[in-house]
Amino acid sequence: MLIFTILLDGIAYGMVLFLISVGLTVTMGLMRVVNLAHGSFAMLGGYLSSVMIRNYGVPFIWSTLAAALVCGLIGGLAELTIYRPLYRKGDLAQVLLTFGMIFVSIAAMTLLFGPTPVAESMPKWLEGQIDLGFRTYPAYRLFLIGVGTLLAIVLYFIIERSLFGARLRAAVDDPGMARALGINVNLLFTLTFIGGCALAGFGGAIGAGILPIEPFYALKYLVLFLVVVVIGGLGSFRGSLAAALAVGILDTAGKYLVPQLGSFLLWFIVFGLLLWRPNGLLPPKSAT
Amino acid sequence: MSDQTAVKPPLEFTPPGSGLASMQLRDAWHLLPWVIAIAFYFVADGFHSFGTNVLIMILFTLSLDLALGYAGIITLGHAAFFGIGAYTAGIVAVHMTTDPIAGLIVATILAGILGILTGMLILHTQGVAMFMLTLAIASMFYEVANQWRSLTGGDDGLTVPRSAPLLAYFGFAGFRFDFRGMTGYLYTLSVVFVWFVIAWRIVKSPFGRSLDGIRQNPRRMRAIGTPVWWRLVAMYGISAAMAGTAGALQAQATRLVGLTSLELQLSGIVAVMLVLGGERRLYGAFLGAAFFMAVQDWAAAVNPVYWMFVIGGLLMAVVLFLEGGLMGLLDKIFGMFAGKRVENGQASPVEAKAGDAK
Repeated sequence: MLIFTILLDGIAYGMVLFLISVGLTVTMGLMRVVNLAHGSFAMLGGYLSSVMIRNYGVPFIWSTLAAALVCGLIGGLAELTIYRPLYRKGDLAQVLLTFGMIFVSIAAMTLLFGPTPVAESMPKWLEGQIDLGFRTYPAYRLFLIGVGTLLAIVLYFIIERSLFGARLRAAVDDPGMARALGINVNLLFTLTFIGGCALAGFGGAIGAGILPIEPFYALKYLVLFLVVVVIGGLGSFRGSLAAALAVGILDTAGKYLVPQLGSFLLWFIVFGLLLWRPNGLLPPKSAT
Repeated sequence: MSDQTAVKPPLEFTPPGSGLASMQLRDAWHLLPWVIAIAFYFVADGFHSFGTNVLIMILFTLSLDLALGYAGIITLGHAAFFGIGAYTAGIVAVHMTTDPIAGLIVATILAGILGILTGMLILHTQGVAMFMLTLAIASMFYEVANQWRSLTGGDDGLTVPRSAPLLAYFGFAGFRFDFRGMTGYLYTLSVVFVWFVIAWRIVKSPFGRSLDGIRQNPRRMRAIGTPVWWRLVAMYGISAAMAGTAGALQAQATRLVGLTSLELQLSGIVAVMLVLGGERRLYGAFLGAAFFMAVQDWAAAVNPVYWMFVIGGLLMAVVLFLEGGLMGLLDKIFGMFAGKRVENGQASPVEAKAGDAK
């Protein structure tokens, strides 16, 4: 039975990681921007949704969707104003500037919402347990798995089956050639950035039960989000899904089976994986 | 990117081999930071432990300058070595000897060895993968310190006993570490000075110059026969050892080692100090760390929340508007007085692309 718990917990956790990180993989893969501040959008989503639920009584689903929308809009603004000038700069400038943004977001959230983590505000229908036939399992985690799977399928059709997705993949593989073929890479990137931030905000909002919302959120889980992206292969949609699930299951398994090691096992495996495949497990063509 | 090697000659070119002997009067400003540091000892009534902390951060920033500035190794995990140094010095003092220099040497050597070992692994990769590997290493060290409670005290931290008198060898009574931290200040200053001279010699040596080349174009350096990987590993190891010394000094000065010494936040803060002061300038570390610590001291007293705004804002402003940091700014100001334009020695186009080269 332990194995089911580990698998289900790990998948639920992995789905949250996937929703938050999938936007980041496009940012880092398409525009080659090391965006450390991506987690700030997830944190913002979590805060917005909890404020809407608690202070205004907005239903859970609507509040998460609204949070996603706001995060997407703010992400679009940030892309146009802060990220644009960064594309031409080196890795170091990108790392430092986006790291600075994390600090600013920590300060802003502490100022607005106080330093303590916000209490979960789950609706009634997500609080109970659901009978799976052989055992019961928390409804909330099943909900995460369901929503994550649904969104993964939707994203699959957008990225792998639509014209937009074909252009996006072309731009990830070879931005120069994509431009030469008349694809408006800048517009493509702004749109993807908006989508990525919206997904991050949504993931942060619905994943608040697993990754609690607090001012240091963006810093605390930064390495986790980056790991998903880099292990999966920069710019690879399928890679980030696989990596998110793997990270979720591994971290859960490590904490159940060898709690005395904490997250050490996860970092050790990540370390080994990156040495073995520096370009990630499923890198896009440009990286191979 | 083959033919346009428009690599500018470095700003301050010293032919290899010319050392202190060739110093001229106009180089006298090199004494300035040290004169200030010594003067601080006499005037800083009750601020010696603050001064000590500034010196420790200067040393840590200097170590990052070697790895990140000179060798171009983009790392956000340098706190790993600082923390290793701090915990080693603490553990040596608890279990073995409270002699400060012994603890310092053990911490430095251990951090250096770990730097070389991890460097040997990660320096095969480049760009984002390497950057992530530095984060993964720092996270591993953090988890070890967090979980190995019997040795490190976990999240309670490790209380370090007071150091034995300094240099108490061969029957000499030594210098006692007083409660006001005056001896501690001079001790730290001496250690920082020794490391600074070593760093100075390194960056002016042919070895240091070859790292300049590697940072700008590793492929070309390999083509002319430079053992690129070994040079990077060596510099990473030296930088790690120096960071370890800084950590050890902090353990001895504050007498408490906590998990914060291994945190990502510390790696970020030291990067702020470096870019604030100016990379590849050695003295940039002095300016950046001192300025940062002074602002931190002031801002944290007003409101710790503003403090985060200040760090983040400073970092963003320096990256966007002040390339070359405070040292670069000084160059421009003095350049204006001297009536000539000063190049700020920033990344050439070749350099920005260096990550692509394999």
